[in-house]
Amino acid sequence: MRKNILLIGVGGQGTILTSKILTAGLVELGFDVKMSEIHGMSQRGGSVTTQIRYGEKIYSPNIGEGEADIIVAFERSEALRGLPFLKQGGTIIVNEREIYPLPVMTGAIAYPDNIIENLQKTVGNVLFLEADRIATELGNIRAQNIVLLGALVAFLSLDGIDWSELVGEMVPPRAKELNQKAFAAGFDFYRAHTAKA
Amino acid sequence: MKIEIMTGNEAIARGAYEASCHLAAAYPGTPSTEILENIADNYADDINSRWASNEKTALEIAAGASIGGMRALAVMKHVGVNVAADPMFTLGMTGVEGGLVIVSADDPACHSSQNEQDNRLYAPHAKLAMVEASDSQECKDYVKAAFEISEKFDIPVLFRMTTRVCHAKSLVKLSDRQEVAVRKYEGNPRKYSMLPANARVRHAKREELLVELEEYACTSPLNRIEWGKSKKIGIVTSGISYQYARDVFGDEVSYLKLGLTYPLPSKLIQSFCEDVETIYVIEENEPYLENKVRALGFACVGKDRLPLLGELNTGIVRKALTDQPDPEVYKSEISAPPRPPVLCAGCPHRGYFNALRKRKRDIVAVGDIGCYALGINEPFNGFDISICMGSGFTVPIGLAEALKKQGDQRKVFGMLGDSTFFHSGMTGLVDVVHSNANVVLCILDNDITAMTGHQANPGTARSLTGEPARVVSIEAMVRATGIEEDRLRIVNPIDQTAMDAAIDAGIKAEGPFVIITQYPCALIKEVARTFVGKYCVIDQDKCTKCKSCLRIACPAIALKDGVIQIVDRQACTACGLCMQVCKFGAISKVGE
Repeated sequence: MRKNILLIGVGGQGTILTSKILTAGLVELGFDVKMSEIHGMSQRGGSVTTQIRYGEKIYSPNIGEGEADIIVAFERSEALRGLPFLKQGGTIIVNEREIYPLPVMTGAIAYPDNIIENLQKTVGNVLFLEADRIATELGNIRAQNIVLLGALVAFLSLDGIDWSELVGEMVPPRAKELNQKAFAAGFDFYRAHTAKA
Repeated sequence: MKIEIMTGNEAIARGAYEASCHLAAAYPGTPSTEILENIADNYADDINSRWASNEKTALEIAAGASIGGMRALAVMKHVGVNVAADPMFTLGMTGVEGGLVIVSADDPACHSSQNEQDNRLYAPHAKLAMVEASDSQECKDYVKAAFEISEKFDIPVLFRMTTRVCHAKSLVKLSDRQEVAVRKYEGNPRKYSMLPANARVRHAKREELLVELEEYACTSPLNRIEWGKSKKIGIVTSGISYQYARDVFGDEVSYLKLGLTYPLPSKLIQSFCEDVETIYVIEENEPYLENKVRALGFACVGKDRLPLLGELNTGIVRKALTDQPDPEVYKSEISAPPRPPVLCAGCPHRGYFNALRKRKRDIVAVGDIGCYALGINEPFNGFDISICMGSGFTVPIGLAEALKKQGDQRKVFGMLGDSTFFHSGMTGLVDVVHSNANVVLCILDNDITAMTGHQANPGTARSLTGEPARVVSIEAMVRATGIEEDRLRIVNPIDQTAMDAAIDAGIKAEGPFVIITQYPCALIKEVARTFVGKYCVIDQDKCTKCKSCLRIACPAIALKDGVIQIVDRQACTACGLCMQVCKFGAISKVGE
C-alpha cells in the first residue's frame, strides 16, 4: 500500500503546518513517510505545493502527474493547477477560498468562473469545503488549514491515534482549542458528506 | 533509538552535531539556508555557528577553525561555491587538521537560483573528496562519514546536496554526539602557507592521497551494490536519482548506488558493469557518472535518453527508460490563472521601483539577487540585467562606458540590498568611486536578508544565535569611500517626493552618486506588529477607477466586484504608497 497526497495553496495559507501535523501522525502510525516541498518564493504570494507519500517503503519524495490519490486545494483556482497530478479515480478536496493573483487584481486577466462545476464535470470525486467560512465562524480564518486537515484525515481513514491531541501539541498553545475544533469540524464534514453519498 | 522525520537540511545539522562539529559558518542561500538555522536553534551549546558576509568568508572562517584543530562546516548554495572557489581550490592542496566539510546545495531546475550548475564537477577540479546523499538518513550518516574521511585522508569534503534532498523530509534514526576533542594547534607553515615551494610539494602529496582515497572508495559503505532479481539491467546512480530509479525499477534490476563520488571507485564500477548486461546511468544534469563509466570502457544508456536540463523525477525516468505508459491525466476546460510571486504589501522596494519607473526614459537599470529581483516583473520592469551577487554595482561601470561610446545619454543605475552590499557590493562601490564612474548606485536597505527568510547580516543588531551584534553602518562605509554630501541621498522609499528627488539628483549628477533607501521589510515580526489594526480604505465616492493604485501592484488592492478596494486588510500595512499615487484623494488610513 502506498498513498500519495498533494497539498496545493498560496503562500501563507498554512500548507506547511498542515503537512507537518499530517506527517507526524503518519510516523506515529508506523508508516514510512516522505514529504517534499519547494521553498524559496513561497512567502511572496506564489503557489505552494507540498507532497506527502506514505506506505511500507517509500523511495521518491515527490509525486508525478497522474499519481496523487488525493489533492487538497487550499485555494479554489489552485485546484485547477493541481489537477494534472490526480490519479484516475482520485479525490479532490477544494476550499472555497479565492485569493486573487496579481494579474487578476490589476484586471489584466479574469479569475476563472465555475471552477467547481468544471472540476465536477472532469473528476468524479470532488468535495467542496467552505473551510475558510467554518474557520471564521470558529474564531479565526487562519484555522482553515486545520479544517482541511480534518477532512483529509477522515478521507484517509487514519484511525489509531488521537489526532486532536496531536493537533493541540503542534499548534501555538493559545490557538489549541480553536484548531482542535477546526479539525473536528473538517473531520465531521467529510464523514457527513460520505454518509450522504 | 529515537526516530524523527527531518528534512535533509535538518539531518545535515543533526549529523554535524553527532559528528562533534565544533564550528559552522555560512551565507544564506536557497536551498541551504536552514542548515545553519537548525544548528543555531538546536545545537548552539555544542557548535559555534555564525553567518558570514559571503561564502568565501564563510569557508575561510571554517578553514581557520579546521587548521586550528576544530571540526568545521561551511554551508552554501551552488553559486556560493563559485564565490568560495578561491580558498576552496587551495584548501584542496593544503588539506586539513580538524575535519572540514563544505556543503554545496545545488538547485537543478533553478527553483530559486540564477543558474543551473552541477557542482559535482568541482570535486575533481579542486581535488576534494565528494559525498552525495539520497535521503535524510544518509544526510545525517554521511556527514559523520565525511568528517572521518576528511581527517583520515587529509582532505576537505564537498558534501553535494540538491533541492529535493535538502527540502524533502524522511525518517532519521538519531544517535548521540560522539565527542571529538579539538586537536592541539601546533602550527605547520609548510602545509598551510601556500607559497610556490610549498604548493608544489602539497600538490604531489594530494595526488598520492587521492590514489589511497580511491582504494578506500571501492570498499566504503557509502558505495554499495544492491543486487536485484536480475542482472540484465544494472543501474549506476547517486543522490536523489537513486530514489526515482528505485520507484521505476524496484527489485527487478541491480543497483550500484554511489555515495562517495570523488574519487569515483573505478574497480567497483568496473566489477559491477562487468556483471550486468545493460548499464543505465541515472543522474541529474551533467553526465558525471556516465563519463566515468564510458572512460572505463563500458557502453551505457544515459544522457542519450535522459535530459541534461532540470530535475529528474519518477515519470521522466520511466518514460525515458521503459515502455510503461504514462499515467492518464485529467484535463479541465479552464486553467489556473498564473500566480507569479510579488512584492509583499508594505514592501519598501515597491516605492523605489514606482519612482524609478517614472524616469524610465532617462535610465538603464541593473539589478541583483534578492527580493528586489521581483521588480523585474510587470508592472515595474525595473531593470534590464541581473547576473550574480554584487554585479548590480559593477556591471553598471562597463555598461556606462558602452552607452557613452554609442552616444546613449541615459544614466546607468545599479541596485542591490543591504545583505548583498555586505556580500560583494562593497568592492563594486570602491571600483565606482575610484574610477569616477558616471553611475548611480542604490542600496535598498530593508534591515534584513529578506529573500531567504530573514537572516541577520552585518547591518542587523543580532547574530545568527540571537545575541546582540555590532551593527556595521552602510552609510558610514559609503562616506568612507569618499562619497561627499552632495553625492549621497538617504531616503524613505515609500515617500515618493523624496524618492523622486533623489532619483532626479542621481540622473543629473556627473560621476559617482549613491542613494540609500531605508525602510524595514514588512515581514520582520517586530515591524509587522506595528501595523496591526492599521490599513487603508478607499472612498468609493471619490474613486474614479483610474487604476493608478492598481499599477503599484500591491497584493492588498484589487479590482473586485466592479470596485477598486483594499481586499486584504490584514496584509495592508498602511504604508501609504497608494495614497500618494491617487490623484483624487480617495484613499485614507484607518487605525492610526
